[in-house]
Amino acid sequence: MSTATTTAVDPHAETLKTLSSVFGDGVFSLSNFRDNLRLFVPSSRLIEVLTALKTRCGFNLLAELGGADYLGYPGRTRGRFEVHYVLRNLETAEMIVVKAEVDDPDPTLPSAVPLWPGADWMEREVFDMFGVRFEGHPDLRRILMPEEFVAFPLRKDYPLRGRGERHNFPRLTRGES
Amino acid sequence: MTASAVDEPELETEAKQAAWTLNFGPQHPATHTTLRLILDLDGERIVKATPDIGYLHSGFEKLGEHLNYNQYVTVADRKNYISPPMNEVAWHHAVEKVLGVELTPRCQYIRVIIGELARISDHLLCTGAMALDLGAFTAFLYAFNLREQVYDVYEEMSGYRFHPGYTRVGGVLYDFNDRVLGRIKTFLGNFEAVYADMSKLLFRNRIFLDRLRGVGVLSKADAIAHSCTGPVARASGVTFDLRKDAPYLAYPELDFEVPYSSEGDCWARFMVRMEEMRQSHRILEQAVAKLPSGPVNLPIADKLSLPDKLTTYNSMEGLIQHFELVMPNRGFETPVNEVYAAIESPNGELGYYLVADGTEFGWRVRTRPPSFIHFSVFPHLIKNYMLADVVAILGSLNIIAAELDR
Repeated sequence: MSTATTTAVDPHAETLKTLSSVFGDGVFSLSNFRDNLRLFVPSSRLIEVLTALKTRCGFNLLAELGGADYLGYPGRTRGRFEVHYVLRNLETAEMIVVKAEVDDPDPTLPSAVPLWPGADWMEREVFDMFGVRFEGHPDLRRILMPEEFVAFPLRKDYPLRGRGERHNFPRLTRGES
Repeated sequence: MTASAVDEPELETEAKQAAWTLNFGPQHPATHTTLRLILDLDGERIVKATPDIGYLHSGFEKLGEHLNYNQYVTVADRKNYISPPMNEVAWHHAVEKVLGVELTPRCQYIRVIIGELARISDHLLCTGAMALDLGAFTAFLYAFNLREQVYDVYEEMSGYRFHPGYTRVGGVLYDFNDRVLGRIKTFLGNFEAVYADMSKLLFRNRIFLDRLRGVGVLSKADAIAHSCTGPVARASGVTFDLRKDAPYLAYPELDFEVPYSSEGDCWARFMVRMEEMRQSHRILEQAVAKLPSGPVNLPIADKLSLPDKLTTYNSMEGLIQHFELVMPNRGFETPVNEVYAAIESPNGELGYYLVADGTEFGWRVRTRPPSFIHFSVFPHLIKNYMLADVVAILGSLNIIAAELDR
């Protein structure tokens, strides 16, 4: 079950070999930190890479999808937002992190819902919190914040205490309701 | 109601079928917490369910960017408040992975113990409340009574009953003493009897079985496609368990099995949870017996954990370290890097995507909440079942709204 994690020296060797045979050089870049192998992919090739990982390398579980805003992050050279896809191979227990950068204005990425239906709500949350749009998502609405909310609260330029939305809710009296 | 009776071919469109709409929640005893479902019904058959969540959204992830790694443990506690220590273990697991530190053996065992206690207490509530929602009140009382003894352990180890806030970066708040171990042993001793009571009350209960068998069937392929993990996935035949497949803490040294079922219905999810409690009990007995002696926190030289009072007042090193950690403009240093780290929580994979920016505050604290992902499967599970099955399926998924909305 866990041969890839215990016996092999590099648990990702097989995956990287398959990926480079499909894409060659120059499509993605790699980085390693602790036990995370990260694949930086341009948004135009994102779906191709995810599809290859799912169908050819056996990463059948999309364990996690989330976003981050790097506005003002120390030493930042890439785009402002990044969406990460944590994939797991349930047979070998191998884990890989795919990262796609996306920049202002109008951050847009292709949706992963056709590949994994489980991406549905997670992409909606990224849209809700960061304003990253996912093209091809079947139902891209806000999920946690109210629908009339206009800002994206997890962006770094949004203050912790909000912009007074709570104090400016329209007030209904009993007669009006 | 069996599945076959409602599997008749559908000719009309969804909109035409739905004769009326029902709002389920946000305040309803069977939701247990605050979540809302908009149910389109044809008689009592559910044509479409639309979850509406966010009622409990409290900006926990934003708060993670403004609280330091030790302070945030109190917020992590409040996500899945049915099993707080598991959240703490998950949170500091991610922090320690970013920092790249290895815990002391004693601390690893202590974290396994509090985590497995939390797992039992979570499953007791989930299975008990599931029975309660379906009318089997007695089993719930037995389960809830035993949970009190888990709270006794929390109280003895940390001073807090509900949200212990017990783990710290590189260690825990206080070391286990004999009284804590005594309480754990009391709990372990009482567990078997309660488990036997619950199994006698529920396992062959005709009404309970009829309400759960064949209801809310989730196939293995769907479970994987919808990112399900934990008991929900294992009830559908996925045998993946992070404790076995990506081992962390002291789990490789402990002997336990991963229960799974291939049925995928509510009954399978219930039974997987019941069996997991027994396995957790096994883990606990081994962990308590094997609990290594020695220091629980990392040494002062690692500059992560707060030294105890004796060291602080009697040694220069201790005093300096205490000062460094307590002063607001200092604290510990982290790499400018990011990591995804996950553990097996009672509900499934509980992970943190932590972006560190060199300070002791996270840059981005993304939680991978199992409840959120499992609730997104709910509309698919409930489709074409009856209104009364809503509570059975909700109960079997164990949706915790605080974790769902964060």
